[in-house]
Amino acid sequence: MIRRVETTLAQVPLHLILVGMALAWFIPTLGLLISSFRTQDAVLSSGWWTVFRNPFLAGQFTLENYRAVLEAQGMGRAFVNSIIITVPATFLPILVAALAAYAFAWMDFPMRRTLFVIVVGLLVVPLQMTLIPILRLYNRTHLAGTFPGIWLAHTGYGLPLAVYLLRNFFAEIPRDLFESAFLDGASRWTAFTHILLPLSVPALASLAIFQFIWVWNDLLVALVYLGGTEKVAPLTVRLSSLVNSLGQNWHLLTAAAFISMALPLVIFFSLQRYFVRGILAGSVKG
Amino acid sequence: MASVTFEHVTKKFGDVVAVNDLTLHIEDKEFLVFVGPSGCGKTTTLRLLAGLEELTDGHIYIGDRLVDDVPPKDRDIAMVFQSYALYPHMSVYDNMAFGLKLRKVPKDEIDRRVHEAARILGIEQLLDRKPKQLSGGQRQRVAVGRAIVRNPKVFLFDEPLSNLDAKLRVQTRAELSKLHHRLGTTFVYVTHDQVEAMTMATRIAVMRDGVLQQVDTPQTLYEKPGNVFVAGFIGSPSMNFFDATLVEADGKLFVDGGSFRLEVPPHLAEQYRKYKGQEVIFGIRPEDIHAKPYVPPEIFPAEMRAQVDVTELMGSEIFLYCLTPDGRAFVARVDPRTKARRGDVVDLVVNMDHMHLFDPKTEKRLE
Repeated sequence: MIRRVETTLAQVPLHLILVGMALAWFIPTLGLLISSFRTQDAVLSSGWWTVFRNPFLAGQFTLENYRAVLEAQGMGRAFVNSIIITVPATFLPILVAALAAYAFAWMDFPMRRTLFVIVVGLLVVPLQMTLIPILRLYNRTHLAGTFPGIWLAHTGYGLPLAVYLLRNFFAEIPRDLFESAFLDGASRWTAFTHILLPLSVPALASLAIFQFIWVWNDLLVALVYLGGTEKVAPLTVRLSSLVNSLGQNWHLLTAAAFISMALPLVIFFSLQRYFVRGILAGSVKG
Repeated sequence: MASVTFEHVTKKFGDVVAVNDLTLHIEDKEFLVFVGPSGCGKTTTLRLLAGLEELTDGHIYIGDRLVDDVPPKDRDIAMVFQSYALYPHMSVYDNMAFGLKLRKVPKDEIDRRVHEAARILGIEQLLDRKPKQLSGGQRQRVAVGRAIVRNPKVFLFDEPLSNLDAKLRVQTRAELSKLHHRLGTTFVYVTHDQVEAMTMATRIAVMRDGVLQQVDTPQTLYEKPGNVFVAGFIGSPSMNFFDATLVEADGKLFVDGGSFRLEVPPHLAEQYRKYKGQEVIFGIRPEDIHAKPYVPPEIFPAEMRAQVDVTELMGSEIFLYCLTPDGRAFVARVDPRTKARRGDVVDLVVNMDHMHLFDPKTEKRLE
């Protein structure tokens, strides 16, 4: 009994810190959300927290900001562009990395270790170093300003980390499972699709979340390789130009910011259970 | 159904020789058990047969077919792994059906075979479960079931019982024996547990440091171990060994261990007389040493004295850990009625009909 009280007490500081951190992140976001639903006059005349005086007062909230941003300010088109960029730029590197990591973890070929070390070494190369040479290459091959160009770029930037993480995850899968599959008649490809991939869902999902959010939030790579034309510009590029053109229109900027946050939130909450799920339980002796 | 032949099989990992020039013929329908301490090369041998390791040298035949370069899936074998290696994301049914699906067996045939195997093993009610919802014993059955449905020519078992608790192990041992009779297929089984080997095998192959020591029926291995290692490995507690000399007196042959002198029975004296005067290793199993009041009939008795160091009551018997007068330790497995305490000096009777003699240099059995 006393011991339980002691352990609970010992955890109090930890919980205080966790709650504090959560609040520090949550309060500005909440302010952003509330502001995005308020009228321009209200935003300019009083702080967002004042709505809590009369939270249910009709008429103080409006959807007008969202309508304006999506239609007049081109956020709708930018949202679609962001999806067109992000989905393949998430899927491609993970597919390539999974194949590479499978080979690095489970196949014997010459220079395996050396090649893996080189791939991991690429993690430390700053992305900015590659901008100019790749852009020149893209200009020559007419990939600049196109979606395939930015897919390739994000695939390249995402691969080292993805290969590294997946290889380490794959290497932990018991060898017996593969050998058993080979005895059952599986080819390397069948073992990959029927054994390895299903068992790696947690790793693949967490990697997908990272890569998705990174690409979704990316401004630099999109701006350099795609440019700012409305036809191809993603949310981040559009949002930054809105800051320039609508500097004082907080009601519109907050709505635009929330539009850009919406999808990552959905993705995160729908995939987050994979972060904690240990699918390997029960595969080998218990 | 097929025989298996190893011909001068050698496997090296770098400089380490895991299997050294193994030649062995396993008959069709045989239950052959490889046994030996860990690192003796028994599992490597099995993996070579499965095709999971590549031969360094030699040839392996399954039936008449040379399989040196045949990939595992085309060798027509099935293997039960020590870890069971069940696919964790598949139901029991899918685990068992996986190999058949990959071989494009028709659906209704798969269904029939899976259900039949499940019935044989008593796991029909588990077919929809995932491996993590099963107990250790149930997982082990599923692993066996996965091998059965394939209907292979040879079954390979890599220490399949070592993750089970003691009671379940005994039960499963009997079930595997039954399964062997029922299927009438060649079983090749690897274990470090000599009890498993003795109880299930039709023949046992004892290995040590990659070298095959002896292959024979459990009975012969027990009664006529070919060398000191096999003699010590088979049987529990292990055989006692004493450095001794063969001496002759009054026309009788004796094993002289310094502090004891035991007469060799006349029918053995014939064959051992040629080693007269030589140093030998004298081996006697604990079960062939009896407490004097409880000597069984029809043995060739020879008496010795010893001091009791430790006693272990097993219920049906007592293990006496004894010291000879000159301080050499040995074990006797005696009648539970024996009253002996630590420090007591007891009279023991050795059944010399079951004596073993080995050459101290080669450690080989003397005949």
